[in-house]
Amino acid sequence: MLKRKDMLGLIDTSAEEIDEILTLAAAMKAKLRAGEKKFDDLAGKTCTVLFYENSTRTRTSFEQAAKYLGATTVNIAAATSSVAKGETLVDTGKTLDAQRNDFIVMRHPMGGAPYLLAKTVKASVLNAGDGMNEHPSQALLDMLTMREEFGTLRGLKVAILGDIKHSRVAKSNLFGLKKMGAEVTMFAPETLIPKDVDKLGAKLCVSREEALDGADVVMGLRIQLERQQAGNFPSLGEYAAFYGVDEKTLGYAKPNAIVLHPGPVNRGVELTSGVIDHERSRIEEQVLSGVAVRMALMKLLNEYRERNC
Amino acid sequence: MIVRNGNVVFRTGVEKKDVLLKDGKIIKIADYIESDGEREIDASGLHVFPGLIDMHVHLREPGFERKENIESGARAAVKGGFTQICCMPNTNPVADNKVVISYIVNRAKEVGLCKVRPIGAITKGEKGEELAGIGGMKKAGAVAISDDGVTVKDTRLMYNAMQYAKGFGLKCLCHCEDKSLVDGGVVNEGLSATIAGLKGISRASEDIVIAREIALAESLDCPVHICHVSTHSGVRLIRDAKRAGIKVTAETCPHYYSVTDEIVRTYDTNTKVNPPIREEIDKQAILAGLKDGTLDCIVTDHAPHHEDDKNVEYNLAAFGISGIETSLGFALKYLYEAGVLTLSEIAEKMSYNPAQILGLDGGEIAEGKAADLTIVNVDESFVVDSSKFESKGKNTPFNGYELRGVVKYTLVDGDVKYQA
Repeated sequence: MLKRKDMLGLIDTSAEEIDEILTLAAAMKAKLRAGEKKFDDLAGKTCTVLFYENSTRTRTSFEQAAKYLGATTVNIAAATSSVAKGETLVDTGKTLDAQRNDFIVMRHPMGGAPYLLAKTVKASVLNAGDGMNEHPSQALLDMLTMREEFGTLRGLKVAILGDIKHSRVAKSNLFGLKKMGAEVTMFAPETLIPKDVDKLGAKLCVSREEALDGADVVMGLRIQLERQQAGNFPSLGEYAAFYGVDEKTLGYAKPNAIVLHPGPVNRGVELTSGVIDHERSRIEEQVLSGVAVRMALMKLLNEYRERNC
Repeated sequence: MIVRNGNVVFRTGVEKKDVLLKDGKIIKIADYIESDGEREIDASGLHVFPGLIDMHVHLREPGFERKENIESGARAAVKGGFTQICCMPNTNPVADNKVVISYIVNRAKEVGLCKVRPIGAITKGEKGEELAGIGGMKKAGAVAISDDGVTVKDTRLMYNAMQYAKGFGLKCLCHCEDKSLVDGGVVNEGLSATIAGLKGISRASEDIVIAREIALAESLDCPVHICHVSTHSGVRLIRDAKRAGIKVTAETCPHYYSVTDEIVRTYDTNTKVNPPIREEIDKQAILAGLKDGTLDCIVTDHAPHHEDDKNVEYNLAAFGISGIETSLGFALKYLYEAGVLTLSEIAEKMSYNPAQILGLDGGEIAEGKAADLTIVNVDESFVVDSSKFESKGKNTPFNGYELRGVVKYTLVDGDVKYQA
């Protein structure tokens, strides 16, 4: 049983809670696979999807999850809302609450913003990514994909490569995977590694070989051109040559290792097309895991609301 | 007036004395002073400090009176035990000319609580392009110059400013921050920043400018003062410079010697301050720097803000802590009770040294000095409750902290300006 109004991050989500979410998500995913898309767990509930950043995958995934569960969904893009007129997050939250929203799914460019919103509103807040902080549903869908592949997360070795410093995906995965007993290795130019991340249990590696050696999961993270422009590395070409993963470097991982990427992918930068389209790639599988995990999260948060709110 | 039977905090130690005040001065200090019918304050069981001086505050007037004004800031100051405060020039308009300096001086006189000593800007508009009217500001009452909030980026201009200001007996108070390295950072770069997913500010961004100002001071043989030191490496730079005979003085703030950046992890925007609260190694070095004299002064960098400036995303929140009503409580709890400094040393950091550095009256309890006294029960504790602040700025991350030392009376030029 989730003991929380909101899902803001995996930093304070227990292994038991993660296990419960993943178990329910796996069941949801099986139903989705079987073509079942109509549930009534959230019938009569309202879910507002509030995005202050662009997204296709996460936004539609949350929206679909809410709709499949029977909720009414409303979509707000910050650029076309009162936010563009200078409304503060707190005031936006109060408005959404006054409209009797049950769930607010928010993506925001600044770390901690969902905590401010959650403190302000009675609705359950689901963090769909806040700045460099967390993206809990992404890490949960990654973990679901891994668990379905290998049966367990305990003892898995997960190699994360790419822009780790600015990645909320890497951080949520690190928090979640460590709690579930997996090992996390990281490799990137030092300019793209967050300070002291090793103190959170990540093993920092000095080469692709070391990071991928014996890995069960190879996770690439998007390298944005703006990071190059900010002087973190000389060029996308040099990044790909020294830090990217191609089919040859993928060979350092276990033969049955899977490839994950939260998307959108920069083909030929963090991963080559040969890796992205590899038979071991589970990048498309992640998409369905995403809908299932978000359905599970909303269902469990709703059960908490029914009990406590 | 006679302050009777108090434990008087001298530079050399604490002694039970009577103190006679007349015409705004300390006239006599003795074991017993015969009453001549004057008003008396019974200071039995209390400690009598030289009036506290905070040489780094923001009073926000003119321009940002929603956050604070000279009256509310001065009221907060005397409640916190301060008899003299020096306000930074980042107002609107900026205090970069004699007119604004005169306005502050006159407004403070009308308010009539504590002594308010304005600090003028180094450059016009704190823009770092042209020197402000330094001589005119001095004549109007400025006691130092500073572009607090920003570093004078152009090294040649800073070199000239220090050299020119020396001619008027004014020191540059240097806010040390290399903005290109800060690059939008909001908290200390380290584990807590990583955990919270907030952009970090490296120590180097502060240290680089501390090192530059020291180099300028050495090259010009000119005194320089470093504001709000927060890094362990900054303490070392200053210590080494002092050993080499360079005329550098430095200050730190309660939030740098008492807590670490773990407090930012809750996203409480009241923890957001510039420079940022750093790590244990820094806190320990700041304590050591206070103890060995590397750090001369404790200031508050009192930075009051309106709730609207703080009830936003961490990245968008204003930098600053409202600290003038808790500074002495922090000193007595985290320095005196912790055995880092004696009461005399606290008085030195919070009164004598600021007076010496800026050439102000007061600073010690001695015959002939200004009758500025802060009378405190150092054994009484209190719990911080910002809703009870006199300051308009309720922005403190320390609500609920139990501190030590309650101000009972604040006397300015012999007049009681605050009584608990």
